[in-house]
Amino acid sequence: MTVQKTERPPSGPTEVQTLDGGSRPKGPVGSARRLAGLTPYLLLAPAIIATLLLLGWPLVNNGILSFQNLNMRQFILRLTEWNGIDNYKEILTGEDFWRVTGRSVVFTAVNVVLIMVLGTLVGLLLARLGRKMRTFLLVGLVLAWAMPVVAASTVYQWLFAQRFGVVNWVLAKIGFESMADHDWLATQYSTFFVVLLLIVWMSIPFVAINLYAATTTIPAELYEAAALDGAGAWKQFTQVTLPYLRPFLYATTFLEIIWVFKAFVQVFTINEGGPNRLTEILPVYAYIEGMGNQHFGMGAAIALLTILILLAITSFYLRIVLKQEEDEL
Amino acid sequence: MKRSLMGRLWPNLAAVVIFVFCVFPVYWMFATAFKPTGDIIAEDPVWFPTDATLEHFRTAMDADHFWTMVGNSLTVTILAVVFSLIIGVTAAFALARMRFKGRRGFIIGFMLAQMAPWEVMVIAIYIIVRDADMLNSLIPLTLFYMVMILPFTLLTLRGFVAAVPKELEESAMVDGCTRMQAFRRVILPLLAPGLMSTSLFGFITAWNEFPLVLVLNKEAESKTLPVWVSSFQTAFGDDWGATMAAASLFAIPILILFVFLQRRAVAGLTDGAVKG
Repeated sequence: MTVQKTERPPSGPTEVQTLDGGSRPKGPVGSARRLAGLTPYLLLAPAIIATLLLLGWPLVNNGILSFQNLNMRQFILRLTEWNGIDNYKEILTGEDFWRVTGRSVVFTAVNVVLIMVLGTLVGLLLARLGRKMRTFLLVGLVLAWAMPVVAASTVYQWLFAQRFGVVNWVLAKIGFESMADHDWLATQYSTFFVVLLLIVWMSIPFVAINLYAATTTIPAELYEAAALDGAGAWKQFTQVTLPYLRPFLYATTFLEIIWVFKAFVQVFTINEGGPNRLTEILPVYAYIEGMGNQHFGMGAAIALLTILILLAITSFYLRIVLKQEEDEL
Repeated sequence: MKRSLMGRLWPNLAAVVIFVFCVFPVYWMFATAFKPTGDIIAEDPVWFPTDATLEHFRTAMDADHFWTMVGNSLTVTILAVVFSLIIGVTAAFALARMRFKGRRGFIIGFMLAQMAPWEVMVIAIYIIVRDADMLNSLIPLTLFYMVMILPFTLLTLRGFVAAVPKELEESAMVDGCTRMQAFRRVILPLLAPGLMSTSLFGFITAWNEFPLVLVLNKEAESKTLPVWVSSFQTAFGDDWGATMAAASLFAIPILILFVFLQRRAVAGLTDGAVKG
């Protein structure tokens, strides 16, 4: 999981007047200055070239593929068969895409709401605990946070295993005897439930720990002033804590939306989008259509539509980040 | 009195419940990995492995190509991190210390790149790599992982460079260093903590990467550990002991790294996230 970091402010104005001016009197002044003007671009060049080549080219290539009739035959014979917007026509007029899109949106919404609500509650709880108890809970959160996705999904398969899975055993013990031999991955909703639990479990620590850190920066005077005005605990929360944390909550929510929307690994490793392709979300759908069923052109078109949705979400997020950093850029 | 006692009790109780919710899956992975098979398939779960055994770890490590995959994972991850640090630190220096046309655009570009939908691009990447005849090679993996972690590395390091007082650099230049020498001798050493924490995050990302290696490297000799772990259950039937041992072996390096991260980086990250 990558974490968006917003930068700390630079220590001074970032303009450069010193550009080699006094220290290196070699060569004619004009060419030295021109060279100096190029320096930042030269320093950036490797990063930009690498990104354009390895991120930009796949993006462009994905666009090109999406206008081709590219299945197993064309793939093996390395044929290029253009078919215009046929892929898009087929996808957008078919039912599957819309069903999967709707499912992805609901899936993302449920996950993100749970993550944000529970994560915020845990974060606020951290702020209320004593020092020892807080350290204790932080250790637990960090352990869940640190578990690699693939390892975690294997563990969840074991926890929810039909035979000898500890979840079924507990459910049977507390009275749900019919659950003793339940196959969680046999139906759509229970598979989604396992995936949801996995994602929420992995995501709460990020929200909770960061939110806790954010609450520690709220100036105590704000609370004192609110208390003087006669605000109770709830009022202090809605009038002081929430407004102060708002930018942080926005940014975190968008990050979670983006991450959950792309949660390929969790869905794929738990049950490969099954049973009967009923738990495919957009990235998994693109993968199964493209790689699994070898309709590479179709898969690329689905991927492009998914990227467009992601781009829309991302641009919202970027606007918020940029607003926060306006003065720094 | 009663109220304040209750007031103190509830948060602590909640903390214990959440702790158990967080830790239990991690605990259950290690516990199962150490239990003898008889205990794993007991009618009632054995909550603590009393006769711990290393049998499952042996099964996992004796699996075909295990050590090759450890080598692959390490090679790909370390190379990707090193390359992205080298490229990232020079770019970060330019973005933090120089004013030039398009600077803002580059920063926004890298922020966008950080959100890149790698999970969705596997088909396009697969076709590119196949056309380059590089399927089942570690080179494309290394390059893609490098670019995957580059935006984060670069943007974070930019913050660290900006935090180094400009005067240090200037006084080195007064002493006769060129700008590049000043960077190498004065700033780079001060960036050590930043380089450390960004490389740890890069390591975690690359070590965990799953969709690309799943698609690009189908041959056993060229796979990395995430694919190995995810396929374990299929390969070993319902041998949950071996599966959990495999998952543990894969997770341990990350769990250890995170302990270091906690101290060094998370503080810095939250600093950034908090500023509103």
